[in-house]
Amino acid sequence: MTLERLRLEHVPPPYEVYAALFRDVSNSEFLHAQLLSRNSDFEYAFVDASSVISRLHLLSAVYNALTVLVDGTLRTPNVHSEIVVSFNTNNNIADAYRRWGITPGKTKDLVVVKVVPSTTAQDSSATPTPTPTPIQTQTQTQEAIWAHLTEHIQGTPAPLTDDELSRVTDWPKVRKYYRLNGVPALERLADEGERRKQSERLAIMGMALRGL
Amino acid sequence: MAAADAQFPPPKVLTYPASAPPSLVTQGAEGRLYKTTHLLPDRPCALKYRPPKPYRHPVLDARLTKARISSEAKVLEKCWREGVPVPAVYAMDPAAGWMMMEWIDGIPVRAAINEWLGERPAELEERPVEVDDTPLVDLMKRIGTAVGALHRTGVVHGDLTTSNMMLRPRESGGQANGCNGDDGKAKALEGDVVLIDFGLATQSMSDEDRAVDLYVLERAFASTHPRAERLFGTVLGSYKDTFKKAASVLVKLEDVRMRGRKRSMLG
Repeated sequence: MTLERLRLEHVPPPYEVYAALFRDVSNSEFLHAQLLSRNSDFEYAFVDASSVISRLHLLSAVYNALTVLVDGTLRTPNVHSEIVVSFNTNNNIADAYRRWGITPGKTKDLVVVKVVPSTTAQDSSATPTPTPTPIQTQTQTQEAIWAHLTEHIQGTPAPLTDDELSRVTDWPKVRKYYRLNGVPALERLADEGERRKQSERLAIMGMALRGL
Repeated sequence: MAAADAQFPPPKVLTYPASAPPSLVTQGAEGRLYKTTHLLPDRPCALKYRPPKPYRHPVLDARLTKARISSEAKVLEKCWREGVPVPAVYAMDPAAGWMMMEWIDGIPVRAAINEWLGERPAELEERPVEVDDTPLVDLMKRIGTAVGALHRTGVVHGDLTTSNMMLRPRESGGQANGCNGDDGKAKALEGDVVLIDFGLATQSMSDEDRAVDLYVLERAFASTHPRAERLFGTVLGSYKDTFKKAASVLVKLEDVRMRGRKRSMLG
């Protein structure tokens, strides 16, 4: 099972985040249709992996969406669509869905993110004692999500690593989305690896400053 | 610690679980700076928090806090894009009054200069000609270059002092082999100058504002490193080399020196 539980710093305990990568997905039309029809069984963030730079880039989007969720100021139907919107540097929601969301017929590699209320979630008035999630229930949640994903996504599961992500990143596209062309701070870097690292930085910065 | 917490409650975001507890680095008039982590335990960050001011009307307070955090972030992004050495922005919540930035390793330039000056035997002070100031002169040049790049970008810092510059050690493992004596001392001034704390920064292209920036830095040198003040000309020299429009700013600096930081006598 390559469904990974993501552990982020400074996320309130009632949330668990799971993510997985699928390569060579062949039924993007079907998955897209489920989102359009608001099928509640398909409450996932489907992110086109070719628009994703790295794990850090993905985690930033997830974190920003969770901040908005906790804040109670969601601008889209749920935290999953908010993750997709978090990738954008402006507040245009339709634009964000087109660029980072699943595109029927086009999306080949797919990152899936699922945010679930923790199985041990208590009401917020309870004292925030660090109660670790019982292994039993957490595993059950994870297995259930994984079973559902593998049943409906026609594609090859792959580990969600920087290495794997970098293989599918469409750099010309990413550079356009984050306005990375002609940036003095990047142009002067001779080393390609270093330039990618700094591009990631600037993309994360653009997301943090969304709409400003 | 509990008492300190009660007096200065951390922002809500820092109350959520993390691999290590945040530490309060510094407390300013307007905000506080914490060292904490962004996304991953091995990704340190600086969190700047502007707490609500009980003496302000809540609506006005919220608006001011939001505007100030946003404007600082915008200035940082602009500088970063243009290649000015500043910390990158990681995440922010202007409404809640916080912003996470890249954690800059190293020590403030102020501390580095004072350490270096302090280590020298007092007797040499009387014969300054014989002292090898090369590392210090070199640092002054890097300061001038950083400030020149900042002004070239169209940003004025607003509180340019040696405390608001970090000396970030270079990543190269050059110091692996035992360096000793003078070598080690010279290393104290090595590294990249990174400008920090843009809380008072504004976007401005006026010679007047730029000259005031330089003047504030000059005065900061005079008060915190009187023994390094004579090298301030070096800062201005490399400032001039980096920034094409420096000449008119330096003319303006003469005016500012004559009358002080405030243009009008009203405040």
